[in-house]
Amino acid sequence: MTRPDITVYRLQACPYCERVIRVLNDLDLEYRSRFVEPPHSRRNVVKRLTGARTVPAIVDERTGVTMSESARIVEYLERTYGERPEIGAESVTEADDPDEEAASLTATEVSE
Amino acid sequence: MSPDFDVVELGPADSPSVGETAPDFTRPLVNDEYWEDTSLSELLDSGPLVLLFHTMDGDFPATYIWQEIRDRAWAETIDVVGLSISSPYEHKRFIDDHDLEDYRLFSDPKNLIAEQYGIAHDLDGMEGISEPRPAAFVLDTDGTIEYAWVSTEWPEFPPYDEIEASIDEL
Repeated sequence: MTRPDITVYRLQACPYCERVIRVLNDLDLEYRSRFVEPPHSRRNVVKRLTGARTVPAIVDERTGVTMSESARIVEYLERTYGERPEIGAESVTEADDPDEEAASLTATEVSE
Repeated sequence: MSPDFDVVELGPADSPSVGETAPDFTRPLVNDEYWEDTSLSELLDSGPLVLLFHTMDGDFPATYIWQEIRDRAWAETIDVVGLSISSPYEHKRFIDDHDLEDYRLFSDPKNLIAEQYGIAHDLDGMEGISEPRPAAFVLDTDGTIEYAWVSTEWPEFPPYDEIEASIDEL
């Protein structure tokens, strides 16, 4: 079994994390989940990767991208994997404008 | 004169023996920073290991066993992974409390892996809770069991010297 390229650092029951997971599923992307604990003091692994302690955070080994903040992650995923003609051209017709969606998100990342 | 305490007899286990292949499984594997679904076979890709079934994090046998393994610094020689019914949150706390950063622990609250290995033990006085009886398996990189110990009494502690000898023979 080959391991997925994408790793998601997530917190149980964190809606921002679930949003990223939903997009990964919508795009049929394989990923592995690494769960961290709620207190920021116990998230050093995320801090080392992204410079911040917020989740969600992703690492994409295929592209070398590491990033946090769900809106940015969603935009990245849709831009990078959202229109793949080899997967199925019909999915393109319903594609959202990722920039517009990202701009409409004003909430800050979950901190607990 | 007999002692005035009772050691519980667990009887024979129906566990895999030396020479057999350790049954594969996938469960969240907890380290000092996060947990992630991991299979035994994935771990074996990196080399031989000791698979240690233990009781719930926080009871005295689990604490004694892990303190002994830590003090003997088995991690310098071989990958040692534990497994208990404790949740990932409890495992993380346990790793922190006992300086077990060099070790990782599988979480199996439903105790299905212990059932798979024939070492499940229903706890008296804790209705609905079953956990593994303490057991240790030394596995070669292909998953072959090179050494096996399964407790037959409760409590009973691993024969650390014997396990070390089998690690040295790998």
